[in-house]
Amino acid sequence: MVEIRFHGRGGQGAVTSAELLAQAAIKEGKYAQAFPAFGAERRGAPVLAFTRISDEVIKLRIGIYQPDVVIVLDPSLVKAVPVVAGLKEGGLVVLNSKKGPGDWKKDLGREDVMVASVDATSIAMEELGVPITNVVMLGALLKAKPLVNLEPLEGFIAQRFPRIAGKEIKAFRRAYQETRVE
Amino acid sequence: MAKRTGIEVSIAIAEAARQADVDVVSAYPITPQTHIVEHLAQLVADGDLDANYITVESEHTAMSACVGASAAGARVFTSTSSQGLALMNEIVYLASSLRTPVVMALANRALSGPISIWNDHSDVMNERDTGWICIFANNGQEAYDLTLMAFRIGEDKRVMLPVMINFDGFILTHVIEPIYMFDDDEIADFIPPYEPVIYLDTDNPITMGPVGVPDIYTEAKKQQEVAIRESRSVIDEVFDEFAGRYGRRYRAVETYKAEDAEIVLLAQGSVIEAAEAAVDVLRDQGKKVGAVELRLWRPFPFDDLREVLCGTSIKQVVVLDRCISFGGPIGPVLSEVRSALYLEKDKPMVVGVVAGLGGRDIHLEEYIEMFRIGEECLRTGKDAGEEPELVKIVGLRE
Amino acid sequence: MKLKEKPTWRELPFACCIPEPGNSVYYKTGDWKTLKPVVDKTKCIKCGTCWIFCPEYAYEEDEYGYFESNLEYCKGCGICARECPAQCITMEEEVVE
Repeated sequence: MVEIRFHGRGGQGAVTSAELLAQAAIKEGKYAQAFPAFGAERRGAPVLAFTRISDEVIKLRIGIYQPDVVIVLDPSLVKAVPVVAGLKEGGLVVLNSKKGPGDWKKDLGREDVMVASVDATSIAMEELGVPITNVVMLGALLKAKPLVNLEPLEGFIAQRFPRIAGKEIKAFRRAYQETRVE
Repeated sequence: MAKRTGIEVSIAIAEAARQADVDVVSAYPITPQTHIVEHLAQLVADGDLDANYITVESEHTAMSACVGASAAGARVFTSTSSQGLALMNEIVYLASSLRTPVVMALANRALSGPISIWNDHSDVMNERDTGWICIFANNGQEAYDLTLMAFRIGEDKRVMLPVMINFDGFILTHVIEPIYMFDDDEIADFIPPYEPVIYLDTDNPITMGPVGVPDIYTEAKKQQEVAIRESRSVIDEVFDEFAGRYGRRYRAVETYKAEDAEIVLLAQGSVIEAAEAAVDVLRDQGKKVGAVELRLWRPFPFDDLREVLCGTSIKQVVVLDRCISFGGPIGPVLSEVRSALYLEKDKPMVVGVVAGLGGRDIHLEEYIEMFRIGEECLRTGKDAGEEPELVKIVGLRE
Repeated sequence: MKLKEKPTWRELPFACCIPEPGNSVYYKTGDWKTLKPVVDKTKCIKCGTCWIFCPEYAYEEDEYGYFESNLEYCKGCGICARECPAQCITMEEEVVE
């Protein structure tokens, strides 16, 4: 089982990221869960969302405390919240950042983990015109860890954003290309 | 053919109501039930469900509208949580006594105070004696299946009672997971159009809900008690038919590795799956443990429970309550399980624990701690531990 | 069909409903009163105000258009006497031997 924690700010679509990923995994015949951190959301406040993916029935019904993967949608969050808290030894951090993954390892204080980084905000601004990085960061995640195939996920992205499906998929593919992993 | 779909559990429940082709929906939005009624409102507004969606100013009115619509012969669905159900309370009793088979999807949530929007079972336990058929789902698939079956059970001419399907708020409502959704045609075949036994008809007028003078009231209550008790055979019939048609078998009391177990954890709702995971961990350590799920809460499955617990390998039951019976016998589930076993000669000891209040996660280690409490009771021979009346809360900061 | 006054729980109609419309006619409330309305037909203008106001629906119209209270149901409240625009109704003591 892979447990993934998304960090975002209210309105950036972290919950949507978690859901799209789970839907793609379910479509491939896997078992998956996606859920928000339960509570009241406010636009701009730090929020959490979670995805579990497994080849077997998932019997866990609690939050994710020791994730295998952490994805941070907003660059400002790294300083605001302990994003690597509980991250498993040798886990993966996927960051929205202009800075390379090598530099981040030191900054995060976790030399054991794998870091992937991509300038998701720039891609989102160029392709979508808004700094909404949820779909972009899924591209980065899949580059670093191929949890699901690209095509079914793109299908769900198109379904979720019918009016801007082409732009979202282009942004998603760009992130997949431009992400650096170390 | 059923299609495996990644879908939010709330949406699947609303889709079940659509597939049951409800005539009337009346509800008031409350977290964590909101997505269910939002989706139904959308379906009605888009013309995808030919129903009256009655908007109201409170849950009290929502349930009143449901009872009224059902009395007029409509198939009725509602959904609520926590304080919403508490506000409905007065009319909840009317739905059962007027024998209006309203189906309610109850997203279980704690009651105030302090205000909590998160999950436990205090809302449903508050309605324990209202005369509704009451069933627990422990995952999204069960919530969807049981919502469909609720119409068949409640509307059966031998039953004619409202049905409450319970599923944990947030823990299930807000989760996307794989659910096998049926085609509309399959459900149309499984759930035929509703035919009321009595209904308000201007051509053949009757009076529903008159005053019950002391000469009548007792007989009316006896009639209601017999009705819910006798609903049990219909519940089993519907479970059987569902299993025959779709292959998923539901039972009033479910067991997991309990056949040769000495200690079992008994619980309701979504915690049962995590309890099963704890059983697996302890089984790997060679411990004879199992889990028992009390799926059917009303009518209470006395015989099924005794069959599982009495005269078997089980020596100790640990009952997990998701709410406290303040100043009373710890929790409602504990008190009822003990009471059900009272007259039995060869029965296990029963200890109660409380956990998962107001959205507190119950971790795997805490389920293991519950089994440890059971082990301790068994070792010392003290049925309910050293302090039998102490509310033992697992996961409490001391 | 008149319902049994004290049915067993099996005999009680389903959901304690009243399946027979208008069965309140079996419940004669006329013996509650001490005063009864008496209509002076020489003053009556057949307006039906008494029939409208009677809370017990006790007034009935006869073949000549006059209104007369059915004393099996009249509770003697006197609303008809108070509201009558022709003041043709008086409340008189009901003498029961």
